Amino acid sequence: MVRELRITPIRNGTVIDHITNGLALDVLRIIGVRELDKDSTVSIALHVRSGKIGWKDIVKVENMELSPRKVNAIALITPSATISIIRDHQVREKRSVDLPEHVTGVVRCPNINCISNQGEPIESDFRVVRRRPVVLRCTYCDRQVTDFLRHLA
Amino acid sequence: MSLRGRDIVSIRDLSTEEINEILDRARKLIPIAEGKKSSDALDGRVVATAFFEPSTRTRLSFEAAVQRLGGRCLTIADIGVTSMRKGESLYDTIRMLSSYSDAIVLRHPNEGAARLAADASDQPVINAGDGANQHPTQALLDLMAIEESFGTLAGLKVVLLGDLKYGRTVHSLSLALAQYGSEMVLSAPKALALPEDLRSELDSLGAKITEEPEIKRAVRDADVLYVTRIQKERFPDEGEYRTVAGSYRVDASVLEGAKPRLIVLHPLPRAGEVDPEVDRTPHAAYFRQAFLAVPVRMALLSSILPSGRAG
Repeated sequence: MVRELRITPIRNGTVIDHITNGLALDVLRIIGVRELDKDSTVSIALHVRSGKIGWKDIVKVENMELSPRKVNAIALITPSATISIIRDHQVREKRSVDLPEHVTGVVRCPNINCISNQGEPIESDFRVVRRRPVVLRCTYCDRQVTDFLRHLA
Repeated sequence: MSLRGRDIVSIRDLSTEEINEILDRARKLIPIAEGKKSSDALDGRVVATAFFEPSTRTRLSFEAAVQRLGGRCLTIADIGVTSMRKGESLYDTIRMLSSYSDAIVLRHPNEGAARLAADASDQPVINAGDGANQHPTQALLDLMAIEESFGTLAGLKVVLLGDLKYGRTVHSLSLALAQYGSEMVLSAPKALALPEDLRSELDSLGAKITEEPEIKRAVRDADVLYVTRIQKERFPDEGEYRTVAGSYRVDASVLEGAKPRLIVLHPLPRAGEVDPEVDRTPHAAYFRQAFLAVPVRMALLSSILPSGRAG
């Protein structure tokens, strides 16, 4: 009950739970708060006790369901996260974020000389070469990336 | 596994068996590469050689390979004469070229250009060097030069000397050598060390790698000394280049304590890192290596492309 008081329930929207402690603001950056309806409320809880991962952050966003691309971006920075879709106060869908084998259009290649950074009509594309911790390899130039926050597209 | 219709973008695209198959075929093609026999294996085939960076050996040996097998080339040797000067994308350029030819050989200054070309093209694409990334066909001919001297690729000690950071030939060669269980000795100025992610990939492949910056010590028990030029054109600024320019040089005195059978290889061009006096020693194998580019590229093209009209 105490937890409910800390973050108000939402009628429609998305709850991103089990975010690695300290990364809620980065998750907000991925969600793109500026794209939200002006009447939507965004609630953030930082440093919340979690039985599952020790300490966690939580983000609740009203009137928004995340695109697969945004879910992939969240999976990159906090693979422990779970996503619940709320409709009429009910949890309609709950799942953990799951990285596909390829991550497309989410991260820019850190290699400035990579062909994917030269204005060609292509999207960035990375193969997931390791999942815990996540390591990506650029499909084009083979450069490995681990620092995703600095290179989000 | 058949190589027919395959893209060769990275040396990672080839298994050990496939590399062996290419080298076997290349050995048989040497008399044709030398002009002592003729072939019409690529009769009626058109290969586009699109070179957006300077090249002497790679482009000419590919073109010699096509012509020795009875095929024809469409050549772009200067970006200035293409519509890319007008802002056309590489993607569109390759789409167009793939409709004019049966295969595309591409050199480009940007890493990953060959992978993009392979996506854009309906025809097989062979990477002839993409920035500082990969040069898989050079690795194949390097392997052939080593095998020709020692009769094997296994159990040899190979020193990789020079610009291991930007040198795409060593990036491809080191991955290939790892497949054959060769021992590698990395000899490079600190600023030109092998990229970390490639180093960890080699480690994960179980490659035996040591480091020895002092050339004479590195060469002592080696079978192969593979020298590279400092890739001046890849440095982000002139100042960084000047800190390493001229930092290593192989001359006859460096080779004094080496094994008599040591061979010196270099992808060429050289820019002072191998003294011409080495040419007169039995160690010099780089001109033979340059010749082997022709049979190796013949082998690759005839494996990838279907036989010509007469085939």
